Amino acid sequence: MHPIADGLFTPSNPPRLIGGRDVASGRIVFPCPENDRFEPVPLSSEGTLWSYTIQRFRPKSPPYAGPEDFCPWAIGYVELPGETIVEARITNVDFDDIEIGMELRLTAVPLDPDDQSSPAIPAFEPIGAAA
Amino acid sequence: MSDVCIIGAGIHRFGRTDGMTGVDQGVFAVREALKDAGAEWNDIQFAYGSSDAAGNPDTMVDQLGLTGVQFINVRNGCAAGGSALFSAQMAIKSGEYDIGIAVGFDKHPRGAFDAKPSEYNLPEWYGDAGYMVTTQFFAMKIQRYMHLYGISRETLGRIAEKAFRNGALTPHAWRRDPVALDTILDAPMISDPYSKFMFCSPGEGGVALILASEKKARELGKPLVRLKSATMRTRPPGSFEVFAPSIDVERGGSATNIASRDAFEMAGIGPQDISVAQLQDTECGAEIMHMAENGFCADGDQEKWIAEGLTEIGGKLPVNTDGGCLACGEPIGASGLRQVYENVIQLRGDAGDRQVPGNPRTAYSHVYGAPGVSAVTIMEI
Repeated sequence: MHPIADGLFTPSNPPRLIGGRDVASGRIVFPCPENDRFEPVPLSSEGTLWSYTIQRFRPKSPPYAGPEDFCPWAIGYVELPGETIVEARITNVDFDDIEIGMELRLTAVPLDPDDQSSPAIPAFEPIGAAA
Repeated sequence: MSDVCIIGAGIHRFGRTDGMTGVDQGVFAVREALKDAGAEWNDIQFAYGSSDAAGNPDTMVDQLGLTGVQFINVRNGCAAGGSALFSAQMAIKSGEYDIGIAVGFDKHPRGAFDAKPSEYNLPEWYGDAGYMVTTQFFAMKIQRYMHLYGISRETLGRIAEKAFRNGALTPHAWRRDPVALDTILDAPMISDPYSKFMFCSPGEGGVALILASEKKARELGKPLVRLKSATMRTRPPGSFEVFAPSIDVERGGSATNIASRDAFEMAGIGPQDISVAQLQDTECGAEIMHMAENGFCADGDQEKWIAEGLTEIGGKLPVNTDGGCLACGEPIGASGLRQVYENVIQLRGDAGDRQVPGNPRTAYSHVYGAPGVSAVTIMEI
């Protein structure tokens, strides 16, 4: 899978998300803004679920670039301790089993779940979920 | 210093009005407000007009009369109407003018608001991934809040049930039919925990308010509905706003917290002194959270407040007596002014079937929206 944009994932294996650290204040954001105020930093690969919802309808295109044939997906904010809280897909878990506070690990999912060659977007899955 | 008074209020019904532009609905509201104040368009010394998507407000002089009036257009996100009102009261407070108007209208296309990443300084992939969807934000904000403070989904449903029940009593509302709690809770889910009845829709409508110095108001012989404070504030660090790829671990307050605190301070009264409140209810959870953010109750107390009916029209603090955004829809430029219109009507005792009992003396209005803005007013009679 190729990433949906440059500058989101480190080239390491396994990849990590690239955040931006405000050089002056130390505040960390995601993604890393393209300006001198921020320097790129690899973010923690594990965190806890801060909040979530299920996207039940197909978002409007443009801008949504996912498949016409819509299947609901989970989205959440994941708190990476001491760093930042990032927005990402929540995957490899039944909607009914998603709980705030659950421990999650970084992965990636294809924008089109039926097409493994479609662009990869950041996602988190429960720690211990089958890969 | 003497107070700025609201001496006239006019509204064009919210909802969908085919064959009328947004400007037409604004003009209609201005004429209603003039009639209400017993004033003529010629008397109006200045105007502030707000619209987000329905054209330039000052074009309404074509229909109202080319009097050469000073007319300033205001576009300020979801606080557009509040900003127009704030500016209008400043013009009178400054001593420059004695009588003027704040008017707001809008006419949005059907369906959710369109948003593009570039308009929000966000990368294109964020839109590609399906995240330029406001309902996701609202849903995730309330999920977190419910988790932290023990708010149930049934309580969310009761907010919508109240909105439609109050809307049924309100001539200017869009949704005029009560909806049963079970219907609300069991309706198709849009974004968990919200079903389709739990969100407001972009819509149409127009509102005009005529403001005057106390001296001018006395001359015209109108009841003195006093604008004790009007604030508009932007977000502090660590707030949680729509379209955020990341949020800070260190959590902060909100634009609402600041706008509310400063409005109460200016008015010299506290939340316990308010008789009726109109709070931003983009969705059910917003009303719940805004009860606390504006200082009316502690976080988590809403569960008990709603179960006991304390925010019903006959309750301790009636909230959104005209059905709010849930029943009226949200034409951005007009929405904040609708709240003030409703408060004027309530304070005068002219609200008919939805009148708050016991002669309410004080009224509070609150707007919140993108990109992290809030506007509050406090009025007394």
